[in-house]
Amino acid sequence: MHHMTLTELARGLEAGDFSSRELTTSLLDRIERLDGDINSFVTVTRDQALTAADAADQARAKGESRPLTGLPLAIKDIFCTQGIRTSCGSKMLDNFQAPYNATVVEKLQAAGMISLGKTNMDEFAMGSSNENSFYGPVKNPWDRTAVPGGSSGGSAAAIAAGLAPAALGTDTGGSIRQPAAFCGITGLKPTYGRVSRYGMVAFASSLDQGGPMARSAEDCAHLLGAIAGHDLRDSTSVARVVPDYLAELDAPLDGLKIGLPKEYFGDGLDAEVESAIREAIRVYESLGAKVCEVSLPHTHLAVPAYYVIAPAEASSNLSRYDGVRFGHRCENPVDLEDLYKRSRAEGFGDEVKRRILIGTHTLSEGFFDAYYRKAQQVRRLIRQDFLDAFEEVDVLMGPAAPTPAFDLGAKKDPVSMYLQDIYTIAINLAGIPGISVPAGFAGKRPTEGRPIGLQILGQHFAEGQLLNVAHKFQQATDWHRRHPTDQETT
Amino acid sequence: MQWETVIGLEVHVQLATQSKIFSGASTAFGAEPNTQACAIDLGLPGVLPVLNEGAVAMAVQFGLAIDAEIPETSLFERKNYFYPDLPKGYQTSQMAQPIVGRGEVEIVLDDDVRKRVRIHHAHLEEDAGKSLHEDFHGMSGIDLNRAGTPLLEIVSEPDMRSAKEAVAYIRALHAIVTYLGISDGNMAEGSMRCDVNVSVRPKGQETLGTRAEIKNVNSFRFVERAIEFEVERQIEVIEDGGKVVQETRLYDPDQDETRSMRTKEEANDYRYFPCPDLLPVMLDSAYIEHQRSTLPELPTEKRNRFETRLGLSAYDAGVLSSTRPMAEYFEAVLVVCGDAKQAANWVQGELSAHLNRENIDISNSPVTPEQLGGLISRVLDDTINGKAAKQVFAALWNNEGQSADEIIDTRGLKQVTDTGAIEAMIDQVIANSPVQVAQYRDAAPEKRGKMIGYFVGQVMKASRGTANPQQVNGLLKQKLDEA
Repeated sequence: MHHMTLTELARGLEAGDFSSRELTTSLLDRIERLDGDINSFVTVTRDQALTAADAADQARAKGESRPLTGLPLAIKDIFCTQGIRTSCGSKMLDNFQAPYNATVVEKLQAAGMISLGKTNMDEFAMGSSNENSFYGPVKNPWDRTAVPGGSSGGSAAAIAAGLAPAALGTDTGGSIRQPAAFCGITGLKPTYGRVSRYGMVAFASSLDQGGPMARSAEDCAHLLGAIAGHDLRDSTSVARVVPDYLAELDAPLDGLKIGLPKEYFGDGLDAEVESAIREAIRVYESLGAKVCEVSLPHTHLAVPAYYVIAPAEASSNLSRYDGVRFGHRCENPVDLEDLYKRSRAEGFGDEVKRRILIGTHTLSEGFFDAYYRKAQQVRRLIRQDFLDAFEEVDVLMGPAAPTPAFDLGAKKDPVSMYLQDIYTIAINLAGIPGISVPAGFAGKRPTEGRPIGLQILGQHFAEGQLLNVAHKFQQATDWHRRHPTDQETT
Repeated sequence: MQWETVIGLEVHVQLATQSKIFSGASTAFGAEPNTQACAIDLGLPGVLPVLNEGAVAMAVQFGLAIDAEIPETSLFERKNYFYPDLPKGYQTSQMAQPIVGRGEVEIVLDDDVRKRVRIHHAHLEEDAGKSLHEDFHGMSGIDLNRAGTPLLEIVSEPDMRSAKEAVAYIRALHAIVTYLGISDGNMAEGSMRCDVNVSVRPKGQETLGTRAEIKNVNSFRFVERAIEFEVERQIEVIEDGGKVVQETRLYDPDQDETRSMRTKEEANDYRYFPCPDLLPVMLDSAYIEHQRSTLPELPTEKRNRFETRLGLSAYDAGVLSSTRPMAEYFEAVLVVCGDAKQAANWVQGELSAHLNRENIDISNSPVTPEQLGGLISRVLDDTINGKAAKQVFAALWNNEGQSADEIIDTRGLKQVTDTGAIEAMIDQVIANSPVQVAQYRDAAPEKRGKMIGYFVGQVMKASRGTANPQQVNGLLKQKLDEA
């Protein structure tokens, strides 16, 4: 039961094999038993979960259940949850309870889903290893000496460890896809504007996008259908009909044109990762797809442009944490400046401070044109690269990350950490959707190795196609059905 | 040395929307602190702004009223700085691409001299909250009710040359925004706040002197006083061999002086950048034309029409067009009575005197324009004389009758114009006043003019004020002189 997909669990609930309360209790007990070491949850909401599970069971008994009724999931601690702490992985918000729910949380509740709790993450979603959390690092369930990826590392690890069948994540530069790859699960970053950002604590507003993380593309299709859509409270959400993502899942891939960006297979790509990706491409060829090489010539500019734009927006977005109205406030400030300085110095971790400094600098008088404006120009070129490529092919494929999960503590230098996102960051700059699906393991024996993720990219609002392409792969392979054994996770 | 004053103004107009510019919280004035601030106004994590379309419409209407360019695209940007009453650590404002471009406002100076002040641009932004520094035992209180209230900041070119011109300019803006109904214009409640940029230069010099910015001046009178003080201060600094420093100053009305707040060196780098939470505002020509079609006649047009078409004096036209309620009252009176000069006299005379005495706004006048117009009509058709008219007005003011006609009827104030009836009253008065008649007839003709007043008074008294005074006068003369 702990490693079943949402689709399978829904069937079990429907058949009466188990109740939502039994399922929820079993997962909560398992979290209690196993998560002490993995550290994927920051807050477990047992009482609320059981109350919701009972309500779901009653709804089912009355014949009022819907497809997601009674299914549990975990929520990244970046989404505001009414009356439950939303820490964003930061000491700054260790004491913060929002008086409202994020739109996606509201939508999942309305769909009858049950939140098990809030998952660990890099502080304010800044990081690629989940080592930047105020609540301590998350361990990779496949190998406790490895990172789970970040920033949605808690969500990914909880799914891999069998603690939650699905989770919400957010992706600003790869924060859904890279941890999904590192933990051997499926994670989708939707098109910018497809999912409401209301109630999602902002990191970089023009790049942030929430999305589903689960054990299969089919599960992601269920979840995306539930959370997508226009929201009057988010001006950047797009008023566009949400298609039935499940209806497209089984479409055949005959004649699908797959482009392999040559820039995604160059220097710095781990050999085992490359071979797993090439093998996955051969699976697609066997399914009738046509493969060709394409070029995204401005790829090398994506990381530098991102590390101007994202910190610039972050430096402004994080100004509200000033110790005045909510969040961490230093003891006995002597004056206003002292209140600001110490509250922020104490409340933020090093990586967050680093990015605030970078962002403040790049927006400063005399530097704005050289950094921010130039980065925005680069951003348009990068977007155009993708639009040009999609003139020739339907989807792009490549690795989600240049290496498998690295060791905890291995990357001390920030820039080497930033380069983790080399294949994911451009997608956020362009606003297109991307999905990471399990595609093999690095290391000799599959169950002892570290997972590898195949990244599939599509045109704006082509989530249906991405889910279809990912689903067909998962019908032909079983990488997504592998999971670490409990021995390995104890 | 002869000095010339150069003044530019930034006027913040609070727009009269029901809700805030980026949230659904109410903008009503005077509520208990922090009761009109929602999660968005408080800047809680995760919340997002949604632009109030009403504020956009109002800004566009202002732009059209000053003949400004309305760009197709305007953009919200973030102005970043830390202050406790600025919840998000930035103010959402406009900078590179404001909603209203270049325009012009006509101001009227003494002796009906007209001058045009160029508007550099006007932009939309959110207001901050208020810091309260009293009654908190060494700490400050924050009231965020005002945070997020929509403001239109109107930035002029440095086109004004005296405190009087600056005041005339603010009055003109006040008239425009209140005519448009986009602001209540209540300066005491902060609905119009001015930042005044003042510099001086030797007369004839082209380049501008170093300016000081006087922040947050909140009344017409304070603007005048602040400028006058500042100009004197700057001239004194220069004449004493010093240099004016570019700085922000505060006007203290109690001391009637300006004081330094911060110099340019201490100024913030606001790190403006486009707000990623808000889409650019795109306005097509259909939208702009629709807004144009909603515009009322504006103060300058009205004033000109009152002068040229209605034949009013420049002074009367200025007073009657000074506020929209005043102009609308006057025009409603005119519709009923048809005589602009009489309507102007009554509105500025009897009505204004009563309103001022009891401190009532014209829009709450107890005498409706229809009632006043009806009263004037009865004067014009000689139904009543001027004296009776004042009685009728007082009765209307005290709500002692529905209309002038009703009051004239019930009180028998209808003017007596029947010659026979007046002659009878005159004969009676002459018969009762033999001494005065004798004196009159003994007097030299040039002195008789004054003496006749006594007899007129007696006849009017006998008629209880209803006799037509011209007729009384003429007939009396005839009768007294004929012997």
